[in-house]
Amino acid sequence: MNADQSSPSAPPATGPDVLISIRGLHFRRGDRVIFDGVDMDIRRGAVTAIMGPSGTGKTTLLKLISAQLPPDAGTIHVEGRNIHGLSDDELFEQRKRMGMLFQSGALLTDLSVFENVAYPLREHTKLPESMIRQLVLTKLHAVGLRGAAGLMPAELSGGMARRVALARAIALDPILIMYDEPFSGQDPISVGVLAKLIKSMNDNLGLSSIIVSHDVAETSAISDYVYVIAEGRIMDHGTSSQLGATRSEWTRQFLDGLPDGPVHFHYPAREYAADLFGD
Amino acid sequence: MADGVAKSGDTLGALGRGALRSFERTGRAGLFLLRVLKSIPAVLARPWLIVQQLYSVGVLTIVIVLVAGAFVGMVLGLQGYNILVRFNSEASLGTFVGLTLVRELGPVVTALLFAGRAGSALTAELGLMKATEQFPALEMMAVDPYKRVLAPRMLAGFIAMPFLAGIFSAVGIMGGYVIGVDLLGVDAGTFWSQMQKAVDFHEDMMTGFWKSLAFGFAATWIALFEGYDSVPTSEGVGRATTQSVVHSSLAVLGLNFILTAFLLETNA
Repeated sequence: MNADQSSPSAPPATGPDVLISIRGLHFRRGDRVIFDGVDMDIRRGAVTAIMGPSGTGKTTLLKLISAQLPPDAGTIHVEGRNIHGLSDDELFEQRKRMGMLFQSGALLTDLSVFENVAYPLREHTKLPESMIRQLVLTKLHAVGLRGAAGLMPAELSGGMARRVALARAIALDPILIMYDEPFSGQDPISVGVLAKLIKSMNDNLGLSSIIVSHDVAETSAISDYVYVIAEGRIMDHGTSSQLGATRSEWTRQFLDGLPDGPVHFHYPAREYAADLFGD
Repeated sequence: MADGVAKSGDTLGALGRGALRSFERTGRAGLFLLRVLKSIPAVLARPWLIVQQLYSVGVLTIVIVLVAGAFVGMVLGLQGYNILVRFNSEASLGTFVGLTLVRELGPVVTALLFAGRAGSALTAELGLMKATEQFPALEMMAVDPYKRVLAPRMLAGFIAMPFLAGIFSAVGIMGGYVIGVDLLGVDAGTFWSQMQKAVDFHEDMMTGFWKSLAFGFAATWIALFEGYDSVPTSEGVGRATTQSVVHSSLAVLGLNFILTAFLLETNA
């Protein structure tokens, strides 16, 4: 199914099943265009994957959705409100309902695993210590790391650090979790565990999830809807099975990992022989 | 000829771009400071955050201040005695050591030591927090890093510096006493009475106090900004740490000249 982008001036999608509505998104870094009029809708309760080659702005999109970066043009409505039009206090209130799993885990390195997960609870609630302990242990149990509560971040493997970060991200029971490359650099067991965890938490806790990844197989397997982005626009979108049957040459090359096709392996350069032997 | 003009144009262009970058960064540092200062009232409601930082920027700097203060005081005792004895004025050694430390060396050397130990540690800590995405992680947890991380450190540096400078001067005077009185034979009563007579609370001690407050403010601001504004790579953090020490040291020395001139004029 090929991308069918509406015009930049189109109003944001409304309705109870739309959690995030992006319209006419433009963003550039210096002279490089990252997004050139992207429209996208994220449904409530679904696992939505954003896929694409490295450097196409997938992580940037998460930062734009969470208002860590302002767009050059366009709007991003989260729960019906333009997130870039909110005051600082309103934005922080909105962010209590959004969790984000960073690529590195981004654990606070001077706090133990327990204290990392307890951190948002201590900051935003006045719960008694006994209840905080119970909540933290429940969240850590959900990611299989209750036994690691006393460890420091430096003592964790990459996969464990991401699971702790996931426990921290769900500490305040958000409605949305954004995952930035959750599978990159993980061993096959960790990839399987994380994928299962993301899907089961999404379904059991009634969350909505956005996964940014270029890990096609694992991400497609747990996603309800997939957007493929490149060259500043949406190249394709649909369910995993719809994308599997796509006739787009570009999408085919990306999903099948083919070396030849519309996406070039080599960075633009002058002719090889001329570069080697001179003009 | 055309090549020369083109080269001059390139050089001028590079100079202009460098100047613009410097102005832009100075502006950013100013806005950063305003945001930190705006966050201070929120921190006052959570004093334990300041206490934690007072420990890491203040208490952990005490050892280096004690050692450096003792050595500087001892050198002052030696040099002062050798100069004053030429004029048969060795009895004024207490005045010499006291005034030099309280008015100048105490605040200045403490600030330089602070920049080298606490300032560099602050910059490296913030740079690493940035490199490991801890700031955006805090923001995504609806926690303002300015209120939670930066403002407590700013206040701690500001508060700690006068205490550290006071400790430095006290230990330095003891060092000067040990050398002047115990080693070189200056009368102990003369040493203390001369110092007591010459060192004025308002004119001299408060001069040192105001200076140390200003140095604490400047050194902490620079350390925090360099860390928060660093390029989030190992090379970037390393460069920011070096810049933090260099810029803080130069700022302290420059500020010392301005404050000395201003305070001398005010006290005249």
